[in-house]
Amino acid sequence: MSVRTLRIDGRDVASADDATVLEAARDAGVVIPTLCHLEGLSPVAACRLCLVEIEGSAKLQPACITPVSEGMVVHTATPRLQEIRRTVIELLFTEGNHVCAVCVANGHCELQDRAVEVGMDHARLPYRFPDRPVDLSHPRFGLDHNRCILCSRCVRVCDEVEGAHVWDVAWRGEHCRIIAGLDQPWGAVDACTDCGKCVMVCPTGALFHKGDSEGEKHEDPSRLAALLRARHARQEAP
Amino acid sequence: MSGLRYCASAGCLARGSGALMEALNTAISRGELGDQIQLRPVGCLGPCSQGPLLALDPDGDLYAGVDPQDAETLVAALARRLHQSSDQATPLEWAPARGQRLDLSEPFFQRQRRIVLEHCGLIDPTDLEQAIAVGAYGQLERVLQGWSPEQVVTELQRSGLRGRGGAGYPTGLKWATVARMPGARKVVVCNADEGDPGAFMDRAVLEGDPHRVLEGMAIAAYAVGADHGFIYIRAEYELAIERLRLAIEQAVDRGRLGAGLFGTGFGFTLELRVGAGAYVCGEETALIASIEGKRGTPRPRPPYPAERGVGGRPTLINNVETFANVAPILREGADWFAAIGSAGSSGTKVFSLTGHVRRGGLVEVPMGTSLATVVLEMGEGSPHGSAVKAVQTGGPSGGCVPADQLDTPLDYESLQALGTIMGSGGMVVLDQSTDMVALAAYFMAFCREESCGKCVPCRAGTVQLHGLLEKILAGQASHADLDQLETLGAMVMDTSLCGLGQSAPKPMLSTLRYFRGEYLARLEAP
Repeated sequence: MSVRTLRIDGRDVASADDATVLEAARDAGVVIPTLCHLEGLSPVAACRLCLVEIEGSAKLQPACITPVSEGMVVHTATPRLQEIRRTVIELLFTEGNHVCAVCVANGHCELQDRAVEVGMDHARLPYRFPDRPVDLSHPRFGLDHNRCILCSRCVRVCDEVEGAHVWDVAWRGEHCRIIAGLDQPWGAVDACTDCGKCVMVCPTGALFHKGDSEGEKHEDPSRLAALLRARHARQEAP
Repeated sequence: MSGLRYCASAGCLARGSGALMEALNTAISRGELGDQIQLRPVGCLGPCSQGPLLALDPDGDLYAGVDPQDAETLVAALARRLHQSSDQATPLEWAPARGQRLDLSEPFFQRQRRIVLEHCGLIDPTDLEQAIAVGAYGQLERVLQGWSPEQVVTELQRSGLRGRGGAGYPTGLKWATVARMPGARKVVVCNADEGDPGAFMDRAVLEGDPHRVLEGMAIAAYAVGADHGFIYIRAEYELAIERLRLAIEQAVDRGRLGAGLFGTGFGFTLELRVGAGAYVCGEETALIASIEGKRGTPRPRPPYPAERGVGGRPTLINNVETFANVAPILREGADWFAAIGSAGSSGTKVFSLTGHVRRGGLVEVPMGTSLATVVLEMGEGSPHGSAVKAVQTGGPSGGCVPADQLDTPLDYESLQALGTIMGSGGMVVLDQSTDMVALAAYFMAFCREESCGKCVPCRAGTVQLHGLLEKILAGQASHADLDQLETLGAMVMDTSLCGLGQSAPKPMLSTLRYFRGEYLARLEAP
C-alpha cells in the first residue's frame, strides 16, 4: 500500500492510495455529512450530501466515491456546499411526511441529525404531504413509507450482506418506492429471513420494530461494519 | 421504366402513405404495368409536414399530399408516357387533384447536404440488395481487407467527427480510448433511445437506411477490438425496431454480420435491445444497466463505459447518427469530411424541424449553417402571419435561441454560448403565440416525470421547480418565489448525479435569460 498526500480544508492529510476522499477526511477528523453512504455497503452517491469542491475540477464530486489523488486540494465546507446540504435536507423533509414528534426514531435519526447539523430549522420550500402507505404485514417489523428517504441502504444490505434481496426500488422519480419481493406485502415474501438488518441500517424511522413507540428505535447503523469485520475474521480464521 | 418511391417512414405512414401505396398498386396491376412501373417503399423524403410524399423516377420529382384517388390518373399518365416515347426525360403530364409537385429549387432542398441521409429516400430499407447496390458494407469490406484497426481510428480522429447524441465528444478519441483498453471481449453499443420531444432524426435514419448504422457499428467494432454489439432502441419506435430486426437478419444471412466476415478472422454479432419507456435510459450508464437487465438508473462516472461498460467490459457507445457517418468518412476520406462544416464542428447535422414552422421535416445541413437559414429559409418561418419568437434546441437538456439571435451558426460551441446545446437534433420552432413560462413548465414536467428517482436533487428538486413554475403560471407567485426558482434551479444543475438532472433546469433558465419579462409580468405585486 502506498500513500497519497492531499489537503482537506487546509489540513495536510496522508491516506492510503485506495481511500476515498470521505475516508481520508474522516481519518483526519473532518466530518462530511452523509446519508445514503454506509460503511460495509456499496456506495451509490445518490443523496449528494457529501459533495465537495476539488480544486481544478469544475464539477462538485461526491466524497464517498471519489478516490484520493496526490496533491489533491479539497474543500468540504464552503458556503456554497453548506447551502447545497441545507437544500438537500429540505428537499428530503418536504418530499415525505417527517413528523419527528411522533416518530419511532426521534432522537436517533440520521435525517434529523443532519438537519440539525446543516441548520435546517425550517423549510423554505412547501411541504408536499404525499399520501403514502404503511406496511405492517411482517410479524416483527414495519415499513412506514412516509419516513422513507430512498437511500437504498435496506436494498443494499439485504442483497449484499444478507443475500436475500428482499428489497428493491420500484417506479421512478417522485413515485419511487421501496418494495418487498415482487411488490408484495413484506410479510408475504418468503425470501425474507427476518434478520432485521434492513431495520438496523435504516437512517430514519421508515423501517422499525413493531412495538417501538416514539423515540424508542435505538439502532446503530455503524454496527454493520463491526458485524462485517467479525464475519470476515471468522472466515479468515483457520 | 418508371419508378415511384413512396415514403414508408412513420410520419408519412401516419399521413396516409399506406393507402396511397395500395391505390397505386391496384392501379398498376389493373393496367398490367407491374414490369414497367416499379413501386417501392423508401425512407424519409424530407418535408414530413407535407406528407404523404411520393417521388417519381427517373424525373426526380417530388409530390406532396397526394390523395389515393389520384393514383389512377398518375398511373395512367405514366403509362401514356411509357407508350409514347422511349425518352423518359419528357416531363410527365400530370398534376394531382389534391396535393402538389414540390419545387426542388427551394431552399428546403437546395440548402441541404445529405451525407447521413444520402440513401435515405432512395433505397427500400427492407431490401438488403438495394442497400448493397449503393455501397452498403463496402467500407466494412475494404477496411477488413486492407486496414489496421489503428488506421481506422486515426482516420476517424482526423475527420473531426463529434458525437451526434448531443454532447459532441470527439468520436475518434472515444474510439481510441476503447481501443487502448485491455481485454479481448469489448462491446459496441448504439444508442437509439431517441426521446427528446420533437426529435425524430435517428428514427428516420433507422427506418430509412438501417444497414448504414449496422455497417458503422461493425467498423467501430473492428477498430476498437469488439466482437459483440447492442442496439438499444426505445419501444415506441415500432417500425424502426421491425426494420432493424429485418436488417440484422438479412445482414447475418448475407455474411455482413457474424463470424469470419469477408473471409477474415473478424466477427461481429449484434443484438437488439428494446427499452421499456424510460427517457433516462438514453443516459449511457443507465442504458448499460438496462442492457444488463437491471433497473435503468445512472451511476456516477468514472469509471466511464470505455473502461467498465456492459458486463464490466470496455464499451464504446455512440449514437445512431454518429455511426451513420462512419461509412461515408471512410469512403470519401477524413479530409473530405473535415472540409465540410465549420472549424470545430465538421460534417453535417440532421435536424428534425418541427413546431410553428411552415415546412417541417427532416433536414441535413453542413455544420455552421445558421439557424436563420434552417428555420426562416428552409422552414419558411412561422405560419399564419405570425413571426418566429424562438427556436428550442436540445430538448429537455437544451434551451431556446431568441429570434434576434437566429444568425447563430449551428455548431457545438456557438449554441453552448447561448445557453443551449446542439443536442441530438430536435429543433422546435416557437412563434409569437408561445407562452415561454408554460414552455419552461412543460419541460420541467417532462424531467419530473422522467427522473429515475435515484438522486435527491433531481427526484425532489424537479418536483419543487415544477411546482414553482405552476405557481407563477397561476399568477400566485411572488418575487421571492422567482428567486427561489433560480436558486433551486442552479442547485439541481450543480448537484444532480447524471446529465438528466444536471440539465433539467436548462430550458427554464434559458427562458429566464431571454424572456424574463414574461415571468415578471405574472408575479404578484410586491
